[in-house]
Amino acid sequence: MAHFEKARSLGEWFDQRLNTTGFIKVMMTEYWIPKDINFLWAMGMILAFTFKILIISGIFLLMYYKPDVDMAFDSVNYTIMQEVGYGWLFRHIHGVGASLVFLIIYIHMFTGIYYGSYKKGREMIWLSGMLLLILFSAEAFSGYMLPWGQMSYWAAYVITNIFGGIPVIGDELVVWIRGNFYVADSTLTRFFMLHVFLIPIAILGGIAFHFYTLRIPHVNNQKGEEIDFEEEANKYLTGRKKVSKVIPFWPVFMAKDVFVLSVFLFFFFYLTFYHFNFAMDPVNFDPANGLKTPAHIYPEWYFLWSYEVLRGFFFDIGGLKAADIGLVAFGFAQIIFALMPWLDKSPTVAPANQRPYFNAWFWIMIVILIILTIYGKLPPTGTNAWVGFYSSIAFILLFLALPIVTMKEAEKTASSIKPTGGKH
Amino acid sequence: MKELKIFGVITFFTLVTYWGVEPLAHSIFHPHVEPADFQFKDLEAITTTTNSDVAKGKELTSQNCIGCHSINNEGISAQVDKQTAIDNYGVFPPDLSTAGLIYESNYLANFIKHPVKAGKLEHKYDGVNKFYIMPDYSWMSNEDIHSMVAYFKSIAPTKLTNKEVFIDACGRCHNMKYDKVKADSDVTKVMGSTPPDLSMIIRSRGEHYLETFINDPQKHLKGTAMLRIGLNESAQKQVIKYLEEIGDSKKAEREAIAPYVLGFLGFMIFVSLLWKREVWSEVK
Amino acid sequence: MEMRILKKLIPKKEGTNIMADISRRAFMGKILAGTTGIAAAASLYAMKRTWDPLPSVVTAGFTTVDLSPLEAGKLSIVKWRGKPVFFLKHTPDIALDKNRDIVIGENRYTVVIGLCTHLGCIPEWREGEKIFHCACHGGQYDSHAKQTFGPPPRPLDIPPFAIQGNSIVLGEEGSEYKTMTTKAQA
Repeated sequence: MAHFEKARSLGEWFDQRLNTTGFIKVMMTEYWIPKDINFLWAMGMILAFTFKILIISGIFLLMYYKPDVDMAFDSVNYTIMQEVGYGWLFRHIHGVGASLVFLIIYIHMFTGIYYGSYKKGREMIWLSGMLLLILFSAEAFSGYMLPWGQMSYWAAYVITNIFGGIPVIGDELVVWIRGNFYVADSTLTRFFMLHVFLIPIAILGGIAFHFYTLRIPHVNNQKGEEIDFEEEANKYLTGRKKVSKVIPFWPVFMAKDVFVLSVFLFFFFYLTFYHFNFAMDPVNFDPANGLKTPAHIYPEWYFLWSYEVLRGFFFDIGGLKAADIGLVAFGFAQIIFALMPWLDKSPTVAPANQRPYFNAWFWIMIVILIILTIYGKLPPTGTNAWVGFYSSIAFILLFLALPIVTMKEAEKTASSIKPTGGKH
Repeated sequence: MKELKIFGVITFFTLVTYWGVEPLAHSIFHPHVEPADFQFKDLEAITTTTNSDVAKGKELTSQNCIGCHSINNEGISAQVDKQTAIDNYGVFPPDLSTAGLIYESNYLANFIKHPVKAGKLEHKYDGVNKFYIMPDYSWMSNEDIHSMVAYFKSIAPTKLTNKEVFIDACGRCHNMKYDKVKADSDVTKVMGSTPPDLSMIIRSRGEHYLETFINDPQKHLKGTAMLRIGLNESAQKQVIKYLEEIGDSKKAEREAIAPYVLGFLGFMIFVSLLWKREVWSEVK
Repeated sequence: MEMRILKKLIPKKEGTNIMADISRRAFMGKILAGTTGIAAAASLYAMKRTWDPLPSVVTAGFTTVDLSPLEAGKLSIVKWRGKPVFFLKHTPDIALDKNRDIVIGENRYTVVIGLCTHLGCIPEWREGEKIFHCACHGGQYDSHAKQTFGPPPRPLDIPPFAIQGNSIVLGEEGSEYKTMTTKAQA
């Protein structure tokens, strides 16, 4: 039995038992973040907050939602949207939040790529982030099915059918995933379970792990500078706060985050009240009908780029079937971002604008992703099909070229430094 | 300054993406159509070129219409009973009490004269192999038809609720599940497909689309079995209003609380900026 | 087995059996891990089974379709096991495709599952052009439902069927269906 003094305050009582002061130091007041950052460094906390909003709004939707093909549509569109007090608000928040969480994920992800925050010890941060992207995608996909509208049904149909392309087991796998020969009640109930329980739990774990991966390599900064965190922390703690290159998570880092978060929330709620159709597709307000395909089928905007890579290959090449090439390209698109730390052969950690070749690569990649996204929604006929084809090819070539581009860049920077070094 | 530049770059790329997946995509999915034409200019001018006589119209109506149609507010019931009509034709001919109020007059005259043409259903009913339920009255003179229209106008109520307009204009074929309105006819047989429930149509199509669609369904859905029903502008507005009352019943609440929430968040931005400056003044 | 071999290899003497002890512990550990592994595999199997289609779903639905009311050149759609099945009676100008057409007396029919073999949308029949057109990704099929354009990897699938007089039973594998599938494979 350990020895306990009588506590003089409630705070001390907890401190004796839980070491709260130590915990707060480690997690907040002496968790060091570089000072040289901009508002893009707030995206992580915005994501955490948006996920919290999604969980809370989801809990309220869960109380009235009925996962049954005959009741789902009406439980959402009548019970929740029209009868439950502020039910419409929670649904709008949930729908808009689901879309915005991806906007922020992409900004967060491209910030990481731009500043090279995925290499030299930060590989696990990157990989855990990519894992979260996959989990969020699964969460979004399963959630989109629940209102059981036309888009819910047909998106589920098309996406589960993708697994049919896997050799040998494909057809059986599709039936197994759906629990029926078509998207049916069994499909809805199992995806309901995934959406409200298994995936959210996995995401929570993923977020905790993602935070943990930051501990040892530390957060990157605007210049990619290597910082001696112990020394800089010492400077801060001894009062040389202006000289120190680091700031504590609380309150300094969070002070900036909260401001950025407030701006984000203003935008979030503006969309929730006035401009929600982009996130809640009107077609999904038609009840699901398995015998009537909508005129245009497309996933939500955040999946469009990889969907376009899937369908970009619309004709057979050599002995390969169009659908198989598409499937392989789609698989490539799903995993290729996770391999960034190993595709980027340059040892330099610096923002892209200070890396001549990588800078060009980065902006071309952004442009191609946007083209893929836009054409992923348009009907794949005539010129559109060809734009999709060539931009899919460009996307793949871009990533295949990355090791070469970055190796050349490393050679160039190395040779340009030597002469100047020789003069001194 | 640098942060504003970064913000500008992100905003730019976000907006380009947004433009591509929303306005651009929608303009391609739903090509632009001419605005609603409440004069129905494609039809023959009947009511503007002839004189009318209400008394004669009344007489003609009792000779020609009430075999199938009732006129409840005149105490006239149809000679055919409802169930027989539904069994034989799939639909029950509408009561004519409100026709003078909700339909555009010249359209109504054209409809009496040649229903399939006014309704733009010539692709469905060629008059050789397949006939529309209501026969043509093209053998009548334009003046007689105008007189009947004048009679319908004289007996029509001056005002209807949005729901009443909906029931008379749409409710014979379409259900409105969320307001417990059920179509009394089984038009699946007549139409070849089941007309959709309209409870959420305001959210799935939007006011803008419905405005031109109700006015002329063929504009958006070429070949559809839905009749152009010829509502006048105010009746159509009432129908859309009703669709909104049922399908988007919380619109008023949504728009009422929005300014408060956004105002609050605007204040949050201000306060958090002050706090940020205060905290960072120590370190920068 | 392993135990016995070990005992033979390492003679058991007082005070010098540490090696044997460690080996025994490692062996016990392996057995425990193996047992746990079996339990895990069994649980995974049980979990896999809960996701399988229910027996009622698997056996549901043998649909009999009477072909006599079909009009040549016009498409009829019948729902079978949640899927639309296309019935198209050919007009005389369409040449016979022995591998794909169902022949009953004078009449020839295309009977296929009406789901695009690309990603499962329902193609529409364009009577004038005599093609099936899929709105999703622009795939096209001819009147025997063989793909002619776009991403579809194979013709529309022929459901298992059996001919009974002038009717077709969907879900039952009749002799005509079997010859058709063997022909297709040959």
